[in-house]
Amino acid sequence: MLLEFNKVCKYYGNKAALNNIDLQLERGKIIGLLGPNGSGKTTLIKILSGILTPSSGDLKISGKNIGIETKKIVSYLPEKTYLSDWMTVQQTLNFFKDFYEDFSIETALDMLQRLNIQPSEKLRTMSKGTREKVQLILVMSRNAELYLLDEPIGGVDPAARDYILKTIISNFNENASVLISTHLISDVENVLDDVIFLKYGNIVLHSTVDEIREQNGKSVDALFREVFAC
Amino acid sequence: MPWNFNSNTPIYMQIIEQIKLSIAVGEYKAGDKILSVRELAAEAEVNPNTMQKALSELERDGLLYTQRTSGRFITNDPKTIEDLRKQLANEQIENFISKMKLLGYSPEEAAELMKMYNKK
Repeated sequence: MLLEFNKVCKYYGNKAALNNIDLQLERGKIIGLLGPNGSGKTTLIKILSGILTPSSGDLKISGKNIGIETKKIVSYLPEKTYLSDWMTVQQTLNFFKDFYEDFSIETALDMLQRLNIQPSEKLRTMSKGTREKVQLILVMSRNAELYLLDEPIGGVDPAARDYILKTIISNFNENASVLISTHLISDVENVLDDVIFLKYGNIVLHSTVDEIREQNGKSVDALFREVFAC
Repeated sequence: MPWNFNSNTPIYMQIIEQIKLSIAVGEYKAGDKILSVRELAAEAEVNPNTMQKALSELERDGLLYTQRTSGRFITNDPKTIEDLRKQLANEQIENFISKMKLLGYSPEEAAELMKMYNKK
């Protein structure tokens, strides 16, 4: 098992952001973490990345408690950029190389080249979408065991979305899993193995995409709209 | 090949259908080598696990075979391909007959209409 949550709760004040989460994830899967705004997606991802600590319960990644050892094997793409915009792309590569043993500059340069992004370019002079691509390339160029992608396709155009999804499917290996949080379900549906629906901090569904389509005769997107109808 | 997926049935089943069709219409020829799972998955923009599942099933049906070192190929057996063509044709006929039944025609009447249509 790559990932195990055991009765994990997270409170902000007396508001429960995650409520008694029990969850196990295998290796070699791409998993969609789906839910409306405020359902706990980002909280769950931040707990896995070690930025937040749970209020109660425990969790393990690859059998290890969250800490330095798990940060070595978890590659996290936050919702917002944390790279300074005075940096050039090359400097961000060096930055990642310094931080992560499993970072491959060659992989990153190769992907940048395919997208026509020059290593000498400064982040500041780039469009928002290009910056998001750079950041995703950095994250996917690590040889990690768990990739956490928080809204990786939110700010980019449909063509870039396709490229990003292709990058994700061609870069993960059977030893690793990818957890993608998004509400653009129809865009990611075809690349997902499993989906998790979060509602008010609870897991209301954990199933394979195939099962959902077989049992309901409808897409995950359509099911989502039903489950979360306002 | 261009891939088109609807959103109501499992993707792996749709991949199977589309590859079967490509074999039946001769887009894929007997003995052709096909791309790797990863390449096909990237081309179709689907999960490699999904592509793997579809190819495994096609292999079980004898439409594909794997050579351990050199990759995956379309079957060399003409009979398997001919059977597949017949199977797909039968599915079309079944579909046709059931639609005609809805319109109130018996299979015989439907066949008669079909003949007349062809004469036109």
